[in-house]
Amino acid sequence: MSLIFEHFNHWVVVILMMIGLYIVITANNLVKKVVGLNIFQSAVFLMYITMGKVVGGTAPILAEGVTQYSNPLPHVLILTAIVVGVATTAVGLSLVLRIKSAYGTIEENEFQNKEDVI
Amino acid sequence: MNLWASISQDQLINLAIFIPFFGAFLVGLLGKYPNLREAASIATSIILFTVVLAITDNTFHGTLMNMHWFDLFPGLSVSFLVEPLGVLFALVASFLWIVTTIYAIGYMRGNNEKNQTRFFICFALAISSVMAICFSDNLLTLFIFYEVLTLSTYPLVTHAGTKEAKEGGRIYLGILLSTSVGFLLFAILGTYAITGTLDFKPGGVFDESSPDLMVGLLLVLFCFGIGKAALMPFHRWLPSAMVAPTPVSALLHAVAVVKAGVFSILKVAVYIFGLDTLSDLATTDLILYAASGTMVIASIIAMTKDNLKARLAYSTIAQLSYIVLGAMLATAMGVIGSAMHIAAHAFGKITLFFVAGAIYTTAHKKLVSELDGIGKHMPLTMTAFTIGAISMIGLPPAAGFISKWYLLLGSLETSQWVAVIALILSTLLNAAYFIPIVYAAYFKSEPNDQKHQSHGEAPLMILIPLLITAGMTLFMFFNPELPLALAKQMLELSL
Amino acid sequence: MFEQHLAVLPVLLPLIAAPLVVLINKPRAAWLLSTLFVGACVYISFGLVSATMDGGALRYALGGWEPPWGIEMRVDSANAFVLLTVSVIATLVLLFAKESIASEVAHKQLPLFYSAYLLCLAGLSGILITGDAFNLFVFLEISSLATYTLVSLAADRRCLTAAFRYLVMGTIGATFILIGVGMLYMKTGTLNMLDLAERIQAVESHRTINTGLAFIMVGVSIKLALFPLHMWLPAAYSFAPSAVTAFLAGTATKVAIYVMLRFVFTIFGAGYVFEQMNMEIIVLVLALAGIFQCSFVATTQSNIKTLLAYSSVAQVGYIILGVSLVSLTGLTASLLHIFNHALMKAALFMAVGAVFYRMGSVQIIAFQGLGRRMPWTMSAFTIAGLSIIGVPLTVGFISKWYLVTAALEQGNWLVAFLVLVASLFAVVYIGKVIEAAYFKEPSEDADATKIKEVPVSMLIPMWLLVLANIYFGIDTSLTVSAATAGAEALLNGSSLVGGVQ
Repeated sequence: MSLIFEHFNHWVVVILMMIGLYIVITANNLVKKVVGLNIFQSAVFLMYITMGKVVGGTAPILAEGVTQYSNPLPHVLILTAIVVGVATTAVGLSLVLRIKSAYGTIEENEFQNKEDVI
Repeated sequence: MNLWASISQDQLINLAIFIPFFGAFLVGLLGKYPNLREAASIATSIILFTVVLAITDNTFHGTLMNMHWFDLFPGLSVSFLVEPLGVLFALVASFLWIVTTIYAIGYMRGNNEKNQTRFFICFALAISSVMAICFSDNLLTLFIFYEVLTLSTYPLVTHAGTKEAKEGGRIYLGILLSTSVGFLLFAILGTYAITGTLDFKPGGVFDESSPDLMVGLLLVLFCFGIGKAALMPFHRWLPSAMVAPTPVSALLHAVAVVKAGVFSILKVAVYIFGLDTLSDLATTDLILYAASGTMVIASIIAMTKDNLKARLAYSTIAQLSYIVLGAMLATAMGVIGSAMHIAAHAFGKITLFFVAGAIYTTAHKKLVSELDGIGKHMPLTMTAFTIGAISMIGLPPAAGFISKWYLLLGSLETSQWVAVIALILSTLLNAAYFIPIVYAAYFKSEPNDQKHQSHGEAPLMILIPLLITAGMTLFMFFNPELPLALAKQMLELSL
Repeated sequence: MFEQHLAVLPVLLPLIAAPLVVLINKPRAAWLLSTLFVGACVYISFGLVSATMDGGALRYALGGWEPPWGIEMRVDSANAFVLLTVSVIATLVLLFAKESIASEVAHKQLPLFYSAYLLCLAGLSGILITGDAFNLFVFLEISSLATYTLVSLAADRRCLTAAFRYLVMGTIGATFILIGVGMLYMKTGTLNMLDLAERIQAVESHRTINTGLAFIMVGVSIKLALFPLHMWLPAAYSFAPSAVTAFLAGTATKVAIYVMLRFVFTIFGAGYVFEQMNMEIIVLVLALAGIFQCSFVATTQSNIKTLLAYSSVAQVGYIILGVSLVSLTGLTASLLHIFNHALMKAALFMAVGAVFYRMGSVQIIAFQGLGRRMPWTMSAFTIAGLSIIGVPLTVGFISKWYLVTAALEQGNWLVAFLVLVASLFAVVYIGKVIEAAYFKEPSEDADATKIKEVPVSMLIPMWLLVLANIYFGIDTSLTVSAATAGAEALLNGSSLVGGVQ
């Protein structure tokens, strides 16, 4: 039991990651694939954020009477990663838009038969 | 040779390699003027021959010529060194290049071949790489120009551009490249890994510390990897290459390319393994048997071929194995026989090919069964053919007799009974597939039912070269001193 | 003034130029500006290579923040060598792109193309010179996002699905790397590569580190298209604009390979990865499987771009094979082949791009009879093709020689033999194209008689690469010494970890 509760943040991360990957692999709709990719990335963001958390620590702002802070570095890092994630989503969605106008569909099975997508 | 006296002797090597190279360049430039272009070809070939003569002269005077080009890898260079065996091969190739050039002009014009400029360019490039092979100082250099030779002759094989030619070219390139990359390069790298050197050294580079098993394996890899020697089962490329125009078959696939193959094997045997190491290896016998088998089987296949060039091709395969066999005897007699046979077979076989081309040009016949009575129309040509055939069989008074004599002596000396039987059997088979052609040409009457156009001898440009080579075949029987001296000098170096 | 900032300039210059190009918004001016900036990168890379040749390293604290708190740029002889390769290829492809891209991308999108191209180059240079594991991820994503855009710019609509697939795979790969880096941070509390290396050695074989290694290796393997994680590559290469394919083939996978080398040798240390985790066996088998499978698939293709793309995956296998031998010679072979393969593949894809420029197709039928009509292009293809096969006097032979020597050095005769045999596949797939070009008549339907040679501005970069293929195949002193220095730097990095700080 302790394995589950002491590391519950990791369990959340792992489950979210698997859900995300599963959607990417199985989804037929390209937008859903992008959503899956987002969930997958969010899981990693969570991993970083919980990593920086120090039990009993507060937000890393200098204040009277506080001696224990959470580690701010992973939080900063993940801000960058979130930006990267947003950019990826933007590129992905704009590709989906262009696919829609070029193929008339964003369902993978519908155009895969028409074109030999390698 | 006073002609080249003013030039540093080492530079002669560069000249030998670059003269045909620039010849190719010149031919390309003069492509629009056929007469000038042909003049350039002939001039280049004659100049090259004088250079090789000068090199020969120096070799007999004991002058050591070497040439270092550049280091390809640290400690491994592309460099050249003149040694007697290479001189012998260079002499044969450069002399026959003159003859073949004249012949090729007659043949290409007589048959209105297309792309003649490309033909002469590739031809000259091939000779250039043959010269580099002759004088190479290490296995790396040999390998590089071996590959260049393969690639530069590929356009010659596919020259006709027909489906058949392309198919032939594919087999040609496929077998030669795959054996050279898969086995030869592997063997070279293996030799390097074991000994740390790739230089040709009299007496060989392996010593007691080299593991016997690996060295034996390397010998097998070398002999089969040098696909140009056409040891069975890697012989298929040679008959396929016969789709090329006859001058190509004559010089390249009877002399330059295949001789580059057996020359490489001989050189590897003498200068990489050394005769002592070779005679101790278990696999030497294996190669010896493979060569004996090739001799007999190729001769039997030759009997079944009705196409004259195909028959000659299989005869070539058998004759090449004589040379491999001589090298694998690992005795002085065997090696002398092999070296002699490089020259003897060259003159004999090129004559036969020239005749095949002459018949094709004048009478438009390709098959053996069509040759009945042709001796009446082309007496000189068929006389030359007879001389060539005698040399192939190994009867006096033709050059083939001398080399076969040495090979037979070598086999007896080492009690290699398989080799002895194979040599005798092969002689009989040779007789069996050459004599009927001669008989039919002279003594059978021409078939009356088929419309037979009357024709005489081939044009002089074709006739003279084949008479020269036939003459050389006889000449070498009476005067074998030059090749013998070179072969013996090589042995003295390595003992 | 530039001297002290030399290490960061290869990233900064294209990064500055990218928005400028969009602001100018005129194709010709955009091209000129990009070429100038990228050309400057080549000059700087030369400087970096010569500065690091002696085995030292240039270090640069970004924004003046000292490592390990700030981000550090660190150039040693290994990444300087790859950086030079990348910037040279980028410049040549840019020269080639002027005509080629103008015919394949809509006119008003051209400045955007150049902008994305510059961003991609900035990202790739950033990956190479950064000394910070997280920063590496960021640059990886900058270059990848730009690449997805570049791939999707072609006229053929199939480039869109190819780009999308590439995006999905690429993002998964990058996120895997992110996870791995997170694991390392979790255990060591640092992101600076040298710091990481030091601390990993202290705690090595901890489960978190092992997991981190696994994630990073899989992530990087996707990015460098190691068999069997290569499926995104053939589609992306086939349908991207020709110039983009030439650029990617010469740079993107090469940089990903560098990332693997950096992680394996500098951060984790060869001893940990290979001796404790026995990764070399996995990598060796995958590399060999990739070489054989993809070389074989290449022989069956009729789209020449796809054919060359599969060949690229196989060639990646050769490079990784050299790594898996874990020796100085093996690593030298790998670094050499990174450079050499960039030369030959960029030249080949340029030649194919030139054919597309005239014929509008890269199917093998389009190549028929081109030997006469486009003699310069096809002879360039032939020579670069011979180099892929590994014919002597070309760079391909040099790479192969070192690779096989490295295998034989370790007594691994079987691997040596397999490498040689595998190169025969190249004979088949290159031979197929050459035969079509020189020995087949042009197909009837095309206006074949009108086909003529491509503009000189396309031929010059192509032939520069071809000549480089021959030059570096004969004079190997420069490339071999640079690659050896790089290999030494990588190997020393893993053994001298303690002493660097």
